[in-house]
Amino acid sequence: MYSDKFKASLQLITNNREQNAAYEPQRMSAEQKEEILNKYHPDHREDKFATLKVGKNKGDKVPAELCGMLCAHSRIKDIKIDLQNPDYDVDVLIIGSGGAGASAAIEADNAGASVLVVTKLRMGDANTMMAEGGIQAADKPDDSPAIHFIDAYGGGHFAAKRELLSKLVLQAPEAIKWLSDLGVEFDKAPDGTMITTHGGGTSRKRMHACKDYSGAEIMRTLRDEVLNRGITVVDFTAAIELILDENGAAAGAVLLNMETKELLVARAKTVILATGGAGRMHYQGFPTSNHYGATADGLVLGYRAGAKLLYADTLQYHPTGAAYPEQIYGALVTEKVRSLGAKLVNAKGEVFVHPLETRDVCAAAIIRECGERANGVDTGNGYGVWLDTPMIEKINGAGTIERRIPAMMRMFDKYGIDIRVDPILVYPTLHYQNGGLDITADGMTAVENLYAAGEVVGGIHGRNRLMGNSLLDIIVFGRSAGKNAAEKSKTVKPGRLTLDHVSAYEKELEGAGIETELVSPKLLPDYTRKVRSL
Amino acid sequence: MENTVIIFLFGKKYEVPENLTIMTAMEYAGYQLVRGCGCRNGFCGACATVYRIKGERELHAALACQTKVEDGMYIATLPFFPLVKQVYDIEKIPVNEQVMMQLYPEIYACVGCSACTKACTQGLNVMQYIAYAQRGDFEACANESFDCVMCGVCSSRCPAGISHPQVAMLARRINGKYIAPGCGHLNDRVNEIKDGAFDGLLADLMQKPVSELKELYNSRVIEK
Repeated sequence: MYSDKFKASLQLITNNREQNAAYEPQRMSAEQKEEILNKYHPDHREDKFATLKVGKNKGDKVPAELCGMLCAHSRIKDIKIDLQNPDYDVDVLIIGSGGAGASAAIEADNAGASVLVVTKLRMGDANTMMAEGGIQAADKPDDSPAIHFIDAYGGGHFAAKRELLSKLVLQAPEAIKWLSDLGVEFDKAPDGTMITTHGGGTSRKRMHACKDYSGAEIMRTLRDEVLNRGITVVDFTAAIELILDENGAAAGAVLLNMETKELLVARAKTVILATGGAGRMHYQGFPTSNHYGATADGLVLGYRAGAKLLYADTLQYHPTGAAYPEQIYGALVTEKVRSLGAKLVNAKGEVFVHPLETRDVCAAAIIRECGERANGVDTGNGYGVWLDTPMIEKINGAGTIERRIPAMMRMFDKYGIDIRVDPILVYPTLHYQNGGLDITADGMTAVENLYAAGEVVGGIHGRNRLMGNSLLDIIVFGRSAGKNAAEKSKTVKPGRLTLDHVSAYEKELEGAGIETELVSPKLLPDYTRKVRSL
Repeated sequence: MENTVIIFLFGKKYEVPENLTIMTAMEYAGYQLVRGCGCRNGFCGACATVYRIKGERELHAALACQTKVEDGMYIATLPFFPLVKQVYDIEKIPVNEQVMMQLYPEIYACVGCSACTKACTQGLNVMQYIAYAQRGDFEACANESFDCVMCGVCSSRCPAGISHPQVAMLARRINGKYIAPGCGHLNDRVNEIKDGAFDGLLADLMQKPVSELKELYNSRVIEK
């Protein structure tokens, strides 16, 4: 329920709804987009970044909080670990069990490899589970992978590695088919035609969805398939350091039981990092839409072992995080709400940006509206702008919201807000790690036999990602990493396991004059109120 | 001082701000969560919780991340519940009610008490979707259960020992794979790609200078 202080602004929104629903705001020119991003997007706040003094990306700027983790001590700095008697010995070790990890596991299993999946929480506790809006694929007659390529390349500011993006768009329809054959329930018309919509920055309606539980539906299906195959999944067990062989190739990981703190060793012929993103690092103090374990662990493990980062300085702030009520501050309001016709409206009842500009542009426009232009709504916990959800049923008819975005309806209904009747308040939330580990088209990092897939990878999307291309990339690159890692494992001769790179990295930190109390990977955020305690 | 409420975590009393969720109240009280915390947004079912308000008889179930604390709440989290998940080969599974009989025969022992439906943290009609599963109506079971987050509270309340979320999972996969209509345009496109129909176009884009790609991007025709 909205309290009285929102009444005046709410009235303006209601009064203007008819007019705003009909109004088609102009899209920005390339120059206007560049200007608004440079002035208002958090990626452009120089003071919030730090320069790496060690490792493969020495001299590069990364978010200050990430720099802290990359320049922190290993969790096993002063601990001697027996690497000669591993607790697990497999062909392919997969670290992380979201969409990318699960896809990799299924394909590696298909290829006949013995597979071990480790995950620091439960299988499927991942950003995949929370992806609401959908998954892109150019499978309609008026669309093509080439148009998909142009949309994504431009949306990513012409920075994507083209060989990765080309693979993404060409394998997209096959990814949808693979999921569909596993039993994922895509929204379809009675004749089987996929119901597809626009996402921000798309020029064709190619967003496939499973209501607004797209990621959850994909994740639970993949999880079910992994379990059906009897693939070994060890949950509540984090990888805290990679293990290399004497030639510097990846050969396993040191594992930590999150509950008992027992240390374990896994030996593997190839390793896939599928650890996901970093929203719980709360860069620049932003709230996040990410799951509890999104703490950039894979970047830390990979970087220490000698992998390279690409575009680690660029994050995606989803324009529409919930700004009110406080209990769901930062939770994602799916882009599908805008796909279905809801517009962004300021406190005065004015539409101030085209709702389907790319995410970074929309986010920058909201930050401008709430900041410099002072047209934001005071939520009591910061500022927000209205996302006029009742427009959806004005445009598409009654019942659309319940049918197409039931999760959104439920989320707000718990706090007495009926999104069919009242609009909601939104503000950008830290959503996605655009950058990450640099990989080749076959999914390998700069470290031999170390693959990466999913949000931990950088370069597929460039410096911004379009809605629906992340669910796609975890499937395409997850499957590919699984196949390639399994294939490669057949030719790998097991060598002597070593953690020398960890001590070498510590020396490098010392040499660079870095003094720090921090240890990494972070594993979980610390939200515990500080009470006097032992 | 903000308004506070008294809650009992596993029976122990804490005073916490009234605007917190059960999950953030636990963190306020000093817990560092490992179990019982996943997406924090109501999608993953990790934080299933049961509670009873002091002086009331009814037992409530909720997701800790989605539920505000109330005065007098006695709270116990249910971070794991031993659901039974049967394994099967989705490629070979028969699409008729026999499959439920074979894999989850306990659904036919449902006594119709509706405890599952009352307990559902998503407000689903759980007993109804089990009824659909009993008669092999996978499509209806899939639709009725679609918003399930598999938290397992329903099963914790079931006198017949049914693992409702797993029954629904099976029904949804069968529905998605075998019962939902096939998609012609998807199959066509997959075949075109296999035949290399787009290889030339993509190869051309791969070698174009950025200036030309910018031109292409900025002059796109956007489908209405």
